[in-house]
Amino acid sequence: MSASIHVSIGQVAATLALVALAAAISLWRRADLEQDIAVAAIRSFVQLTAIGYAIELIFEADTIWLVFALLAVMVVFGALTARSRAKKTPGAFWPLLIALGVAGACTLGLVVALGVFDPTPRYLVPVGGMVIGNAMTASAVALNRLGDEVADSRARIEATLALGATAQEAAAPFVRRALRSGMIALVDSTKTTGLIFFPGTMVGMLLAGADPTDAVRLQLILLYALLGSVAIAGLVATALAYRNFFTPAQQLREPEDAAAGA
Amino acid sequence: MLFELRDVSLIRAGRPVLDSVGVEMPAGATAIVGPSGAGKSTLLRLLNRLADPDGGTISYRGRPLSGYDPLALRREVSLVPQLPALLEGTVGSNLRYAADLAGEELDADRCLRLAGLDLEFAERDVAKLSVGEQQRAMLARSLAQRPAVLLLDEPTSALDHAARDAVEATLAELRRELEISIVLVSHDPEQARRLGDWVVRLKGGRAIEAGPVERVLA
Repeated sequence: MSASIHVSIGQVAATLALVALAAAISLWRRADLEQDIAVAAIRSFVQLTAIGYAIELIFEADTIWLVFALLAVMVVFGALTARSRAKKTPGAFWPLLIALGVAGACTLGLVVALGVFDPTPRYLVPVGGMVIGNAMTASAVALNRLGDEVADSRARIEATLALGATAQEAAAPFVRRALRSGMIALVDSTKTTGLIFFPGTMVGMLLAGADPTDAVRLQLILLYALLGSVAIAGLVATALAYRNFFTPAQQLREPEDAAAGA
Repeated sequence: MLFELRDVSLIRAGRPVLDSVGVEMPAGATAIVGPSGAGKSTLLRLLNRLADPDGGTISYRGRPLSGYDPLALRREVSLVPQLPALLEGTVGSNLRYAADLAGEELDADRCLRLAGLDLEFAERDVAKLSVGEQQRAMLARSLAQRPAVLLLDEPTSALDHAARDAVEATLAELRRELEISIVLVSHDPEQARRLGDWVVRLKGGRAIEAGPVERVLA
C-alpha cells in the first residue's frame, strides 16, 4: 500500500529543537510546564522506542499469539489509565477492562471478517493499538461524566426509585448522557476531518510516500472502525458501571459506601 | 399495625443516625416530629426501602420489609421527597411515567385535582414550575400510582403560609376521599397537630415518645 521510508535518529534529534522551543515558551510565559514537557519528551521517546522493538519482534515472529498478548497488555493498561480519570465512578476498573476488551475484539474481528485487513501482525498491531486507545479515551470520558451526573442528580434518581423504578430505569437518562459525551469527541472530529485537520494515519502515509487515494481510503477505514469501537466501549462501560452506584435492593448507595466498594 | 420498628439502627459515616428506634405506627396519619438532624427523613426512607437499617427490623402490615419486593413495596408505599425532583418533560409525562410503573390506568385530572393543581398543569413543562407547584406535582405523581400509604417528607418546607395551608387542606381532603394512610415528617409540632392522629417524636436519632397526638403534643 505504501513505500517504506527510512528516518534517521539524527532527524528525530533535530525535532527536539521544537521541544526546546515549547519549554522556552513555557519558561518565558511562566506556564510552569517545562518539567512536564521534558518528562513528556523523554517518556514518549522511551515508550515508543520500546514498543517499536516489541513490534519488530512480533513482526519477525509472525505469530498471532504474540499479537493477542500485546493487545491484552494494552487493554489492561488502558483500563488502569481510564480508571484514574473516572474517580467518581465506583469499581470502574472491571467495566473498563471488559469494555476495552470487547471493543477491541469486536472491531478487529469485524474488519478481519469483512476482509478489510488480513489477520497478520502487520495490520492487527497498529490498528488494535488505535482501536484500544480511542476506546480508552471514550470510556474514560463516559464514566467520568457518569460519576458527575449521578453525584449531581442523587435527589432525582432517588425520587425515581421511590416510584418503584428499577436502578436501570432511574439511571437511564444519566447513562444516555454519559455515553453521548464519550462518543461526541470522535463524532465531531470525524465530521471535520480533512477540513480542519489531517488525521495521523493519512499524514503518516503521505509522508511515507503513499498514493493520496490509498492514504485517504485507509484513513476512512480507520475512522469508521474507530466510530464503532468507541460506541461499543462507551456502551459496555456505562452499561456495566452504572450498577455499581446501586445495591441489589435497587437503592442508591451512599457516596462513602460506593467509594468503599470501588 | 401499619409499621412496626424494633431496635432499628442506622450508621452513616461512622455516626449513628438512628439508634435503637422502637415504635409503632397505626393506619391513619402519623407525624414524625423532632429538631433538624433527629433522623426523621432517614427514618422515612427506611419505610419503603430506599435504604435498609444496619440493625433491627421493620414490619409493614405484620410482615418484615425485607420480605417485600422493594419495587412493588415502593409503588404501594410511595415517598414524596422534601426536594422536588421531577423528570424532564411535562407534569403529564411525569404522571404517565409513574402510572405506567405501577401498571395503573392514568387519570391525570383526578391526580392533579387531588394535589390541588389545575388541569392545565398536565401540559406544563416542569422546568417552568415554582417550587410549590413542583411539590404538588410530585404529590400528584405519587397519587398516579394509587398508593396505599403516602410518605411525605416536609411537604410544606419550601412554601409560604398560603401555599402551606393549601397543601395541608389538600392532604386533609386526600384522607377524606381516599382510604390512604399518611406518614408525614415535619419539624413543626403545630403541623403535626393539624394533620396527625399519631405522633412519633425523635431526638438525636432516638424515639423519645410515640402515641396519640392529643397525648404526645398535649
